[in-house]
Amino acid sequence: MGKEAFLREGVSRRDFIKTCVAATAVMGLPYSMHTKVAEAAQKANKPPVIWLHFQECTGCSESLLRAGHPDVASLILDMISLDYHETLMIGSGHQAEQSLHDSMKANHGKYILVVEGAIPTKDKGIYCKVGGTTAIDSLTRAAEGAAAIITIGTCAAYGGIQSAPPNPTGAVGVRDLIKNKPIVNIPGCPPNPYNFLSTVLYYLTFNKLPELDSMGRPKFAYGRKIHEHCERRPHFDAGRFATAYGDKTHAEGYCLYKLGCKGPATFANCSVQRFNDAGVWPVSVGHPCIGCTEPEILFRKPIAEKLQIHLPTPPDTYAPAELGQKGPGVSPLATGVVGIAGGAALGAGAMLTKKLPSGEEGHEKHD
Amino acid sequence: MGSHHDEYQVQPGKIFTKPFFVLLALVVVGFALIAYRFFAGVGAVTGLSDGYPWGIWIAYDVATGTAFACGGYALALLIYIMNRWKYHPLIRSALLTSVFGYCLAGFSVMVDLGRYWNAYSFFLPTRWQPNSIMFEVALCVMTYSMVLIIEFLPAVLYTLEQSQWRWVRESAHWLYPRLLPDREALHSGLTVVSKVAGHVQVRLDKVLIFFIVLGITLPSMHQSSLGSMMIVAGEKLNPLWQTGFLPLLFLINCVFIGYATVMFESIVSSYSFKRPYEVHEISGIARIVPMVAGLWMAVRFGDLVWRHQIPAIFAFDMNSCFFLLEVLLIGGGAFMLLSKKNRLSPRMLFVSGAILMLGGGLFRFNVYLIGFNPGAGWSYFPSFAEFMITVGIVALEILGYLVLVKIFPVMPNPKKHFEEAEEETELVGDAVPARMFAGK
Repeated sequence: MGKEAFLREGVSRRDFIKTCVAATAVMGLPYSMHTKVAEAAQKANKPPVIWLHFQECTGCSESLLRAGHPDVASLILDMISLDYHETLMIGSGHQAEQSLHDSMKANHGKYILVVEGAIPTKDKGIYCKVGGTTAIDSLTRAAEGAAAIITIGTCAAYGGIQSAPPNPTGAVGVRDLIKNKPIVNIPGCPPNPYNFLSTVLYYLTFNKLPELDSMGRPKFAYGRKIHEHCERRPHFDAGRFATAYGDKTHAEGYCLYKLGCKGPATFANCSVQRFNDAGVWPVSVGHPCIGCTEPEILFRKPIAEKLQIHLPTPPDTYAPAELGQKGPGVSPLATGVVGIAGGAALGAGAMLTKKLPSGEEGHEKHD
Repeated sequence: MGSHHDEYQVQPGKIFTKPFFVLLALVVVGFALIAYRFFAGVGAVTGLSDGYPWGIWIAYDVATGTAFACGGYALALLIYIMNRWKYHPLIRSALLTSVFGYCLAGFSVMVDLGRYWNAYSFFLPTRWQPNSIMFEVALCVMTYSMVLIIEFLPAVLYTLEQSQWRWVRESAHWLYPRLLPDREALHSGLTVVSKVAGHVQVRLDKVLIFFIVLGITLPSMHQSSLGSMMIVAGEKLNPLWQTGFLPLLFLINCVFIGYATVMFESIVSSYSFKRPYEVHEISGIARIVPMVAGLWMAVRFGDLVWRHQIPAIFAFDMNSCFFLLEVLLIGGGAFMLLSKKNRLSPRMLFVSGAILMLGGGLFRFNVYLIGFNPGAGWSYFPSFAEFMITVGIVALEILGYLVLVKIFPVMPNPKKHFEEAEEETELVGDAVPARMFAGK
């Protein structure tokens, strides 16, 4: 399918706004911001985007084009000026290379560089070449004039499967090579397309990059562990675990932790944002999380290996256990007044006792 | 019950005395703080927290205050169930204390409720949760307050019927013709009121026994539920107090506290109103107290032995000290009443009554506050405002009692019953429907 076919049908106003609202929500922005997001998305001067592919499977592009709203892909193509994308562009050969060269020259310092795939560094990077240029060289050249770099997928972000031991090609992520440009990592295998889309829209709306965590991931999407919002979390808290695929515990929808779920250590919004616009994600269909947004987990820990939980997040249902003074405490005024009142009552009682007759004939005396 | 009315007399004396104004000042302070609570919220006036959602408003005003107000219940048990009519002259003053105790306990709950505006749901049976202990307590306390008022009504109706309306007539005379153009209409209106009161009084006497029976049933139900309420607290309540026998302990406890209150109140009001001491009546009650308190002790210690908690008594930590204090007060007060000499001495009756009230009340405080530990870090002591609100409510009880005994025939008529005290049953024998019910 060519680019024209993608764009021929266009985007309805309704779908356009719907997508903008969804993206606004993903970014964690107030609902009222969606008009601003939509305005930004409609701006005439679309930011030029150069999309480079290195050691990868194109799954990220597929995810972006196929998954979700059918219009997301076309929206992306409408919103931005995609000047170079090896799997989407019509041109080929020298023509394509010329387009890349022209765009980089014309938009120097303004374009967004999107990188998909890891970069091999061993043997001067000869294991990945496009148009006779190694991946390192293409990246270095393209990064030089980029305003910002967005890495899509775990390969571009951290090296991904290519970098898994023994890493024969010496593959690394973009952040290991480019140090002088702002880099936003959208890891995932593949990442949720809305996380990428929202990052782009954020940039278009606010003209800056979103807040990032220590791994360079936007906090709005990767700020919390999927475990925290997992629909199977109550089973985890209650100690109900699926012990084997297909058995009763698995069929009952119990927590997949013992099957190797990496949710308790994986920062991503999969459990909330989900995939394919149908509300599904791996855990919902019975497969444990493989930790694809975590460089230390994906392809480094076996899928079935049970995870050691180092940073447990307590469920809401635990009683608070923090120590220290709680409640308003004792005020000197109140203690004093209670003491005086108690003392006065005792004193009055004692006085009355003294005045009361001790014998039976008392009442007659009193008369 | 017409013939009963000469058993009682209106306490002669001025209403506006010095104690009246002292108590009134405390009431004003207390109720000003209550008003503030409704503007600023519970947190602004109390030392309450998530750990201690119940403070002295519940521990004193409800749990202990209703026990002090059990004089009416304990006497009704004695008079109507045990058929001891010689105590009948004491019942109205005990009832009056109960009316105030219970109505103000209900009022305290309204002050204590965080979302008091939902309280109207209580009157919608579709919103009831009949398995809840708190629901049972609320239902019983509310109904019992009403029953108490009805039980007290004969005194009010009698006064309305007999009244010469002197005060009203005088003020009408003073107002006429300035604000009151038709003095005669008022006078005939007053006559109608008197007539209606007399009419209702006869009818009420016929059905009163039904309310008396209710008045015995309801406290038996909710006094035990006050105990069940803290069983729900589970291990937050210290094992010295946490037991499945809490309802039984609360029920027995309220009976001897009720008698102790009757003794205490009788002596104090005799002293302050300069009336003869009702030694004969209350010495009879005082004879029962050691039996009831002994039964309570037996259940208390039997339960502790059964649950292997005896070592905890002698741990001498805070809980054990309060336990020992509670047991010593109740045991000491009851022990004093074993001696006949003490039972005939107003002084010793007062001391033992006060000690028993203190000890019985401490048991309830121990269960509701002192033995209750919601977890590490939580602490509770009533704030100044919280304490003053309770003081204001107690002051209102005493104030109301002081005023009402001077308006209605509440106090025993000394002429009537001291002369014939020995003849007990003959005195009040006739024309009492309740007597027929009692089967004598």
